[in-house]
Amino acid sequence: MDTTLISHTEEAYRPSWRDNSRILAVLMLIPAAVYVILLVGVPFVMAILFAFSDVTVGDPALDRFTTDTFQRVLNDPNFQRALSNNFLFTIVSQAAVLVLANILAAALTRNFRGKWLVRFFILLPWATPIAIGTIGWLWMLDSVYSPIDWTFRNLGLLKQVGVMGQVGILKNSTNMYWLGEPGLAMFSVILVQIWRMLPMSTVIVMAGLTSISPDIRDAVQVDGVGWWREWREVTLPLLRPILMVALLFGIIFTFTDMTVVYVLTRGGPPPNTTQVLASWAYIKGIQSGNLSEGAATVLFMLPVLLGVALVMLRIARRSEVS
Amino acid sequence: MLLRRFGKGTLNYAIISLFVVFSAFPFYWMLIATFKNSTDLYKPANNPFIYNLPPTTENLRLLFNQTNYPAFLVNTIIVGVVVVIITIILAVPAAYSLARLAGSWGERLGVGMFMVYLIPPTLLFIPMSRVVTLLGLRDSILSQIVIYPTFTVPFCTWLLMGFMKSIPSDVEEQALVDGYSRLGAIWRVMFPLALPGILTIIVFTFTLTMHEFIYALAFVTASDQKVISTGVTTELIRGDVFFWQSIMAAGIIVAVPVAIIYNLFLDRFIAGFTLGAVKG
Repeated sequence: MDTTLISHTEEAYRPSWRDNSRILAVLMLIPAAVYVILLVGVPFVMAILFAFSDVTVGDPALDRFTTDTFQRVLNDPNFQRALSNNFLFTIVSQAAVLVLANILAAALTRNFRGKWLVRFFILLPWATPIAIGTIGWLWMLDSVYSPIDWTFRNLGLLKQVGVMGQVGILKNSTNMYWLGEPGLAMFSVILVQIWRMLPMSTVIVMAGLTSISPDIRDAVQVDGVGWWREWREVTLPLLRPILMVALLFGIIFTFTDMTVVYVLTRGGPPPNTTQVLASWAYIKGIQSGNLSEGAATVLFMLPVLLGVALVMLRIARRSEVS
Repeated sequence: MLLRRFGKGTLNYAIISLFVVFSAFPFYWMLIATFKNSTDLYKPANNPFIYNLPPTTENLRLLFNQTNYPAFLVNTIIVGVVVVIITIILAVPAAYSLARLAGSWGERLGVGMFMVYLIPPTLLFIPMSRVVTLLGLRDSILSQIVIYPTFTVPFCTWLLMGFMKSIPSDVEEQALVDGYSRLGAIWRVMFPLALPGILTIIVFTFTLTMHEFIYALAFVTASDQKVISTGVTTELIRGDVFFWQSIMAAGIIVAVPVAIIYNLFLDRFIAGFTLGAVKG
């Protein structure tokens, strides 16, 4: 490209350094590159160094390197719980999101009245700052005033307040205590994560669906195959790269998230039954000031992140070729 | 045939209605709670979905007069605006450089930028909090202003790079033939054409800064320096007492405008997100 440019213009004027595209490119890239290297690259290296050291807020000098920190972190039952919760949290929520996003996207690509408004409502959970959306859920799942519990009570699934001798079908109590019991609390955390991630995946899948040529669809419909075969044999193969992108983003945003857990349960109910890696690292590294153990904890996200990044790279390269 | 179409349409509406309820219900609940009288709200037998007593604006008054919420709003806007400016200054030249000038290296560096965006704040917040302390920025919104571009610059560079690539280079070459210098061509020709893309990154930088939670939580504990996402979740709760109606008001005031803006710019955002796997 550069050579053709110069041959077009060399007679018009003599190029100065300002017109040398290579120098210009470097100059324009330097500010962003320096910033990223200083404030992403350096902290990234620090994160790894911290994990192999004994630094705390009280003694922040990076003077002793050790693998004891890892040993301590790995032997901590709270960490083990957080690690397995992380996988549970990610796999269950993303599997659900993938299925639901396909259903919702298929429904939304049809034309119907009020589509803009529907899209607005569907997008709300993703557009709202997640801490704010989650605090709405915190109130929905309140131990006494939960509107879900109220509905359950009136459906006879829970006991009515002050009514003797009645038995709740779901639970023999007036409330579910969504965030008060380990199993239900984990369910709630996963539910809120599904709620928050569904819009993004849906919109990505919709983008994929609209890019499938209507001719292909028409041809299939003329052949008269059922919707399941149409979806499995036509839509899914064409949609696979885009589903992959939606899934990979979902995995990254979920595997590394702490906001939902932190706002909803703070990792509770005791002892740390809904903790995930990031929230546990926050409690260790920031609240207790144990920088090295916090850093070692989050480092366990790295293998999953690297795997996701590699697959993303392959997708990016493939779309570059086509 | 007609029956089948009718059945399909109804099923479609049913599916969509279910999802709308799932997505939007918490916001409806927040909106109802915002104007609820405490005696109405704190009675488990009352129907929570309607006003059993006349609605009140008392909760809003409390939020704006007796909490730091106005300060959270101002801080959020300051952080957003300054980070937008920094992001534009860094990302626009970088995106142009990667899209046009750096050739095949541009492609690789561009993907590299995207990979940087994939490094999550939760991986970096512990060393970042050390960096913030060393820079003397702890407990100040300056910490967010300095650190937030770490995720806005890579993403916006990537987004804008794709946008600039879609502008044919002929228009610039024509400007060069017309006697503009390279910088002149960028300023007079490229910049106006890239303006929609730049508008998109302004919107998304601003909303990304509003969404951020972990850095804000880790860097700032002083109440008057908090932003919406951390202030509402940590400051409007005194001990065990939640000011539920005011918290819900605080949330809904932010949620609705952001969602409207998001909706308007969605398609461009998705184009950047999907790595070109969908040609928009």
